[in-house]
Amino acid sequence: MSEGSVTTRPPPPAPVASAAGWKPSPVLFRLVVLFLALVALFAVLLGHRLFNGAAIRSMAFQLPELGIFALAMMVPLLSGGLDLSIIATANLSALAAAYVFTHFGLGGSGASMVLWHIAALAAAFGVAGLVGLLNGTVIAYLGVSPILATLGTMTMVKGIAVGLTHGGVIAGFPPFMVFIGNGLVFGVPVVLIVFAVIAIPMGVLLTRTSFGQRVTMLGSNLQAVRYSGIDTRRVLVRVYLISALLSALAGLLMMARFNSANAAYGESYLLITILAAVLGGIDPAGGFGKVSGLVMSLIVLQLVSTAANLLNISQFLSLALWGAVLLGVAGVGRVWAWARHFLPKR
Amino acid sequence: MPDFTKRLLHSHEGKLLLVVVVLFVFLSLATRSFFSLQNMIDLLTSYSFSGMLAAGLLVVLISGGIDISFTASASVAQYVAMTVANHFNVGWVEVILIVAAVGIACGLINAVLIGTLGLSSIIVTIATLNVFFGLLMFVTHGNEIFQLPDWFTNGASWVVYTDKQGNPYIFNLQMIGLIGAFVVTALLLTRTNIGRQIYALGSNKDAAQRVGIKVFRLNLLVYGYMGFVAGMASLIQAQDAQSVSPNALVGRELDVLAAVVLGGASLMGGVGTVFGTILGVMLLAFLQNGLLLLGVQSYWSECFTGAVILIAVSALALERQRQRAGIRRVMA
Repeated sequence: MSEGSVTTRPPPPAPVASAAGWKPSPVLFRLVVLFLALVALFAVLLGHRLFNGAAIRSMAFQLPELGIFALAMMVPLLSGGLDLSIIATANLSALAAAYVFTHFGLGGSGASMVLWHIAALAAAFGVAGLVGLLNGTVIAYLGVSPILATLGTMTMVKGIAVGLTHGGVIAGFPPFMVFIGNGLVFGVPVVLIVFAVIAIPMGVLLTRTSFGQRVTMLGSNLQAVRYSGIDTRRVLVRVYLISALLSALAGLLMMARFNSANAAYGESYLLITILAAVLGGIDPAGGFGKVSGLVMSLIVLQLVSTAANLLNISQFLSLALWGAVLLGVAGVGRVWAWARHFLPKR
Repeated sequence: MPDFTKRLLHSHEGKLLLVVVVLFVFLSLATRSFFSLQNMIDLLTSYSFSGMLAAGLLVVLISGGIDISFTASASVAQYVAMTVANHFNVGWVEVILIVAAVGIACGLINAVLIGTLGLSSIIVTIATLNVFFGLLMFVTHGNEIFQLPDWFTNGASWVVYTDKQGNPYIFNLQMIGLIGAFVVTALLLTRTNIGRQIYALGSNKDAAQRVGIKVFRLNLLVYGYMGFVAGMASLIQAQDAQSVSPNALVGRELDVLAAVVLGGASLMGGVGTVFGTILGVMLLAFLQNGLLLLGVQSYWSECFTGAVILIAVSALALERQRQRAGIRRVMA
């Protein structure tokens, strides 16, 4: 709360109130209602088949990957941009880590093992950092539209990954990575813990720090921010840097879960992350949106897809349902706004 | 005439033309088979699908919108048409009518949703991409259609010229589709009132509305046209591939977007020409074909394509920045 309220919305409540007197935004409210309706519907249709430990745990395993990718998409969206290169970056980073592991890091023991893990992570985040800097520089300093710049880097980065691996798979990692991808701590999937450890600080970063304020302000009015004396270009470079680093993390999680890395994993996630973010109330034109809304929308999408899976419906129908949910939520919002026009005012 | 050349050289299309010509000459000298009639025919045939879609997408981009869903519309259109063709006694006319109808229907759905939901066109069409594609995969279980009617697989082609060794050079349906799409799009954009309205809408939506342009109706036409072109393109793609696979086309939408943008169309709307789009498609086609003929491993082709896209959009942005600076200097 260091910055004053710069958005046009009512000032956010004090952080301490987030547990007690917390008032949800309309988007969040709508999503919670949707979530409860879906829970009721699936309770009737599926009952214990959906609401048992195993099914919930499988949801908890699947959500974090899309979740971190969606966070990586959310930050540029808030700034009024877009990052199409997240999946390509994730795969190239995972391949970099995989290369380190498979070429150097399998035989060692004890301290050398720890060192190789650090080296692999450094390789992954180093590669992602370069891609992020490239994106940020081209967008901020050359003024290329984010869609086009990241379309170019997406193609190029994937091309590098395909070129180096010839489209092949690198597989076989140390037990620790397998544990990260598939292990449980007190019954909670490690990937979910990783997601929480990332999502909560991201929420704080984006809404409670001056950096976060600058990012959302950029999305509202870039010219105004520049005239108020903020180096918008540096902020933009950081936005794409964060996006790339989050992508690398998601890539590492994918690698850990599959115990392999490839140039083309997870490509269907790309456009889905935009859907998830917009459903979570992030304005695709920039400026508005919260991590809490995004997380809620991820939960809704995951619930739909797991339920569809349990109902023996093809995964593709749940893809269609995801699209329909977004259009439906927007439609209900419009109808509601239109209806309120005619309702008597209180 | 000198005035015309001068203007061409200063336009984006002129510079792009220069790049394409240089690439063409280089590849003709550096490889044995690039500059041959057969290679040109192969290129025209294999890039007919992306080329046609690029023509349709150009119209959408000029209107200030964007469409991501056209690959899904195309997949639905060709699947429906070929299923009907396999089960009923129909011919070319019926099949063409079916792909046109399905494509236009998908386009109109997009236009209506964009006009009523208050969401941007990119979000709506990402959603409809998933809806169209998801439903198609659900209904078809992802099954491919391998057996197509003979009259369709035989297609229609005309031997134009036979060389001394007896190799025939043919003019085929793919070329007709490609040329047709570019000609119709060029006529629509430059020779009709509607074309002027599309440019006006993309340049300044509010102003267009104030001078009496019906935005919703114009959007129906723009996205309907995109759907129509997608339907036609899907038909000639199925004819070329000799089979229909529901998931063969989805995923290529961003490649088409890249070609149109290389051709100088702006995502902000109001800017773009058919000539530029043709050059954009040619640049990518020559590049990919040339790398292969130069003996570069095909694994690296995507990397080069990405680098070219990145360099081209950066050059374009710098050019616009300089123009804007020039305007500011004049205004001051």
